[in-house]
Amino acid sequence: MNNSLATLLPGLIVLSSMVPGAMIFLVREESHLLRTVLNLFGAVLKLLLVGVMVWAVWQGNELESRLVIAPGLELVLHADALSVLFATLSTVLWLITTIYAIGYLEHSPNRSRFFGFFSLCVSATVGIALAGNLLTFVIFYEILTLATYPLVAHRGTPEATRGAKIYLAYTLTGGLLLLVGAVWLRTLTGPVDFVEGGVLSGMPPELHGQLIAIFALLLAGLGVKAAIVPLHGWLPQSMVAPAPVSSLLHAVAVVKAGAFGIVRVVYDVYGVTFASELGLLAVLSVLASVTIVYGSLMAMTQDGLKTRLAYSTVSQVSYIALGASLLGPVATIGGLVHLVHQGIMKITLFFCAGNYAETLGVHKVSQMDGVGRRMPWTTLAFTVGALGMIGIPPIAGFVSKWYLGLGAVEAEQHWVLLILAASTMLNAGYFLPILYRAWFRPLPEAWPKEHVFDTRFETMGALLWPPVITAVLCLVAGLLAAAPFSPLEWAQLIAKREYGL
Amino acid sequence: MTPESAFDSAALDNLLAAPLVLAIMLPLLGSALTTALPRLAPLLGTLIAVGTAGAAIWTTVAVWTRGPIHLVLGGWDPSLAIALRADGMAAALVLMANLVGLAISVYALGYFRAPDRAQSFWPLWLLLWAALNGLFLAGDLFNLYVMLELLGLAAAALGALTGSRDAITANLRYLLVGLVASLTYLFGVALLYTAYGTLDIGLLSSAIAADEPSPLDAAALTLMVAGLAMKSALFPLHFWLPPAHASAPAPVSAALSALVVKAAFYLILRLWLDLFEPILDLSASMLLGLLGAGAVLWGSWQALRAERLKLLAAYSTVAQIGYLFLFFPLLAATPPGPSRDNLLAALLLMALTHGFAKAGFFMAAGLVQTNAGHDRIDDLGGTAQRLPATTFAIALAGSALIGLPPSGSFIGKWLLMQGAIETGQWWWVVVGTLGTLLSAAYIFRVLSRAFGLEPTPIKFVTDARAEVPALMLSLVSVAVLGLASGPLWTLLGLNASGGGA
Repeated sequence: MNNSLATLLPGLIVLSSMVPGAMIFLVREESHLLRTVLNLFGAVLKLLLVGVMVWAVWQGNELESRLVIAPGLELVLHADALSVLFATLSTVLWLITTIYAIGYLEHSPNRSRFFGFFSLCVSATVGIALAGNLLTFVIFYEILTLATYPLVAHRGTPEATRGAKIYLAYTLTGGLLLLVGAVWLRTLTGPVDFVEGGVLSGMPPELHGQLIAIFALLLAGLGVKAAIVPLHGWLPQSMVAPAPVSSLLHAVAVVKAGAFGIVRVVYDVYGVTFASELGLLAVLSVLASVTIVYGSLMAMTQDGLKTRLAYSTVSQVSYIALGASLLGPVATIGGLVHLVHQGIMKITLFFCAGNYAETLGVHKVSQMDGVGRRMPWTTLAFTVGALGMIGIPPIAGFVSKWYLGLGAVEAEQHWVLLILAASTMLNAGYFLPILYRAWFRPLPEAWPKEHVFDTRFETMGALLWPPVITAVLCLVAGLLAAAPFSPLEWAQLIAKREYGL
Repeated sequence: MTPESAFDSAALDNLLAAPLVLAIMLPLLGSALTTALPRLAPLLGTLIAVGTAGAAIWTTVAVWTRGPIHLVLGGWDPSLAIALRADGMAAALVLMANLVGLAISVYALGYFRAPDRAQSFWPLWLLLWAALNGLFLAGDLFNLYVMLELLGLAAAALGALTGSRDAITANLRYLLVGLVASLTYLFGVALLYTAYGTLDIGLLSSAIAADEPSPLDAAALTLMVAGLAMKSALFPLHFWLPPAHASAPAPVSAALSALVVKAAFYLILRLWLDLFEPILDLSASMLLGLLGAGAVLWGSWQALRAERLKLLAAYSTVAQIGYLFLFFPLLAATPPGPSRDNLLAALLLMALTHGFAKAGFFMAAGLVQTNAGHDRIDDLGGTAQRLPATTFAIALAGSALIGLPPSGSFIGKWLLMQGAIETGQWWWVVVGTLGTLLSAAYIFRVLSRAFGLEPTPIKFVTDARAEVPALMLSLVSVAVLGLASGPLWTLLGLNASGGGA
C-alpha cells in the first residue's frame, strides 16, 4: 500500500465525519437538502475509507497517523485488527442511523445543531476505535462525552435537561478518573503505544501494587460509559434522548466506547496473561457477571419500552467485559464478536422502539398489544433483534453466547455457564412477553397518538428500512458466521494476534 | 530608526530593537492621538491595534529565529538605562496578549456604539496595551515598576467606564489595592537597589547568586512577591477582583481577566525563576502552591454559586490563576531536564490558553448581556438559543477553562499531573481533579440553559463583528493550543526532542 496513504488514512477517517459535521453547524435551519447532502456525503465517504482500511489491515499493512502535540505527547491513530472491528461497526451503523435520523427529525427544530453534534459524536467514536495510545484514547473519550451531551439534552424539556446533567456528571467524573489513571501509568512507563499482547508484563514486581491501583482507576473511568453496576445510573436517565440518539448511544458510541476501552486496556496495555496474574481478571469477571444479572432483573420490572431496552443494554454490554475477563482465545472471540452483535441487535430494537413511538405514540410495553398487525415489518425486525438477544440460533446473539460458554469451559470457570444460563432465562423473561403482546394480543380501539404518513408502507420509508436492514444483518451475521470478513472471522483474527497464536 | 541609515551591526541592532520599541511606542502614541482627535478614535485605535499586533508578531518571529533579544536602547541618556529584553517566555506572552488585544479592539468597535463611550475607551485601552507590552518586554526592575503602575491606573480607569455606582466602588478599591501592591513591590526593589546598586535583572541575578543568602534578599523577595500576588489576585488576596472584573464593560473585563492579571503573574514567575532561584527552598514554593490550591477550590466554588455570568467568569479567573501557582512546588522539586522543561512549558501553555479562553468567554458573556439586558444565569434560556455562535464561543472557551481535550489546558493539566506524580506530590492531582469537576459544574450550569424549548435560530452568526472575535479566541484556546503546542517548546528554547518520562 502506498506509504503516504498509509500515514494519512486513519486521520482522514476521523476527519471525514468531523469536517462535514462542523460545516453542518453553519447550515441554515431550513436548508434541508444541503444538510442531508453533507450528512450522507460524510457517512458514505467514511464508509469507503473504512473499506480501504479493512482491506489494508487484512493484508497485514500498518496504517498509522501521528501528530506531535508536544514533546512526548503524541496523537496516534493506528489501525489494527481490533480498531478495524469497532470502526467498521460504528461507520456502517452511523450511515444507517443517519438515514433514520433524517426521517425521524423531519419536522423538529434545531436540526443543524443535532446533526452537527451527531457527526462529531461518530468522529469521536471512530477516534476511540483508532486511538493508538492512552492519551489519544482519553482525548477522544472526552470529546465523545461533550458531543453526546447536546444530543441527550436535545429535546429541551426539563426531563431532557435533567437526564443530560446526570449523564454529564457520571461521564465527566469517569473521564477524570481515566485521565488520572492514564497519567499515572505514563509516569511509570513513559510514552507507550497500544501493542497486541500488552506492554506491562516486564514491569518489576515492586510496581505491581501501583499497576493494580491504576487498573482500578482506568476500570472505574471506562466502567461509567460501559454502564457496569454500580456506575450505570446515567443510562436509564438518558433515555429521554430522541430514538436515533438512544440507538447510537447504546449500540455504537458511548456504551461501546466504554466496553471497547476495557478490551483495549486488558489486551493491549496490561496484556491478558499479565492481567490474569495480577488477579485483575477475576475482579472484572465478577463485576461483569453481577452487571449481567442485575441489568436483566431490572429490565423485567420496566414498563417503558426504552427503559427496558436500556437495562437490557446494561446487561448485554457486560458480555463484552466478561469475554475479556476470561483467559483464553475462545472467550476473547466471544466477547469481541458480541461487540458487533450486540450493536446490530440493539440498534434494531431501538429503531423499532422509535418507530412505535413516532407512528403510533406507543411508549410502553403495556401499550404494545397488537402492534404486530399494525406494523408487521417493524415488529418482525424487533422480533429478530429480541430473539437474537435471548440467544436463539441462527441469529447473531447465539454465536456470541456459544463462544462465551465455550471460553468459560476452556478457562475452567464453570460458574460463568450459570451466569449465561440465568441471563438467557431472564432475557427470555423480559423479551418474550413483548413479542406475545405484539403478535397475539388483539389490536386496541385506538393508538395513543397515531401519525399517518403519506406512504404505502406501515410508516415512513426512512424509518422503516433501517431496522429491516439491521435485522437482516443480525441474521446474516449469525447464518454466515464462518464467511470471510464476518464479525466472527475478524474476532478470530484479533484473538490469534492477541495471544500470538 | 530605519536600517538603511546606519552601518551593519548597528543596523542589525536597530532592526532587532524596532519591533520591541514599536510594540510599546505605537499604542502609547495611539493613546495620545486618540485623546487629541476623539472623533477619529475608533478608526485610529483600530489602525494602531493592527500595527501593534504586527509588531508583536514581528517580535515573536525575531525571538523564534534569533533567540533571546536584550537591548539597552542606543542613543538614550544612559542614566535612564531603559533595558528591553525578549526571550521565549516574554515573546509567547506578548504574542498572546496582542492577538487577544486585537480581538478585543475589533469587538469594542461593535460594543461601544455610543460615541462618548468609545472616545473614553480608546485612549485608556491603548495606554493599558502599551503598559502591558512594556511590562512583558522590560529588562530592569524600575522600568517594570513604572509599567506596573501605569497598568494599574489604566485598568482601574477602564473598569469604571460604565460609570455605575457599583463599578466605581469596585474599581476605586481595585485602584487602591493596586497602589498598595505596587508600593510593596517598590519597597522590595529599593531594598535590592541599596544592597546591590543595580536594577538590571540579569546583573542582579548573578549578584544574588554570588552572595550568601541574606535576610535582606528574603525580605525583598517577600515584599515583591506579596505585592505582585495581590495584583495577580492570588487567594486569599483576590477579594478585589470579582467585583471589579464583573462590573467592567465586556471588552475591558476581557482585557483585565485575560491579560492584566497574567502580567502580574508573569512578573512573579520571572522574579522566582530569574532572580531568587538561588535563595529559594521548597517550603516557599510549597506555600505558593498551597495558596494556589486554595484559589482553585475557593474560586471554582464561588463561580459555581455565582448568580451572574460575568461574576462567574471573574471567579473562574481566580481559580485559573490558582492552577498556575500549583506549578511552583513542582518546578522546585524537579531537577533541570526534560521533565522540568515540560512543566515550564505546561505552565506557559495554561497561561496562554486561559488568556485566549477567558477573553473569548467574557466577550461572549458581554454579548449575552447586551442581548438579554441582564446576565442572570438562571434566566438566560432564550438568549442562549437566539445566539448560537455566542453560545458556541462560551462552550468552547468553557471547555478550555475546564481543561477538557483538545484544549491547551488539557495538555497543561496532563503535564501538571504527570509532574505531581513524578515528584511524589500527588495531592496536587487531587486538587486538580476537584477543581476540574467544580469548573465543569459551573460551565455546564451555564450551557444547560442553551437547550430550552425556545424558538430556533435562523442563522448561526447574528452579529459578525462581535461574535467572530469571541469565537476565534475560543477556537484558538481549544484547537490550536491543544493540538499544536509543540512550537511553544521551541520558542521557549527548550529541548523539543526529549519526552518527559
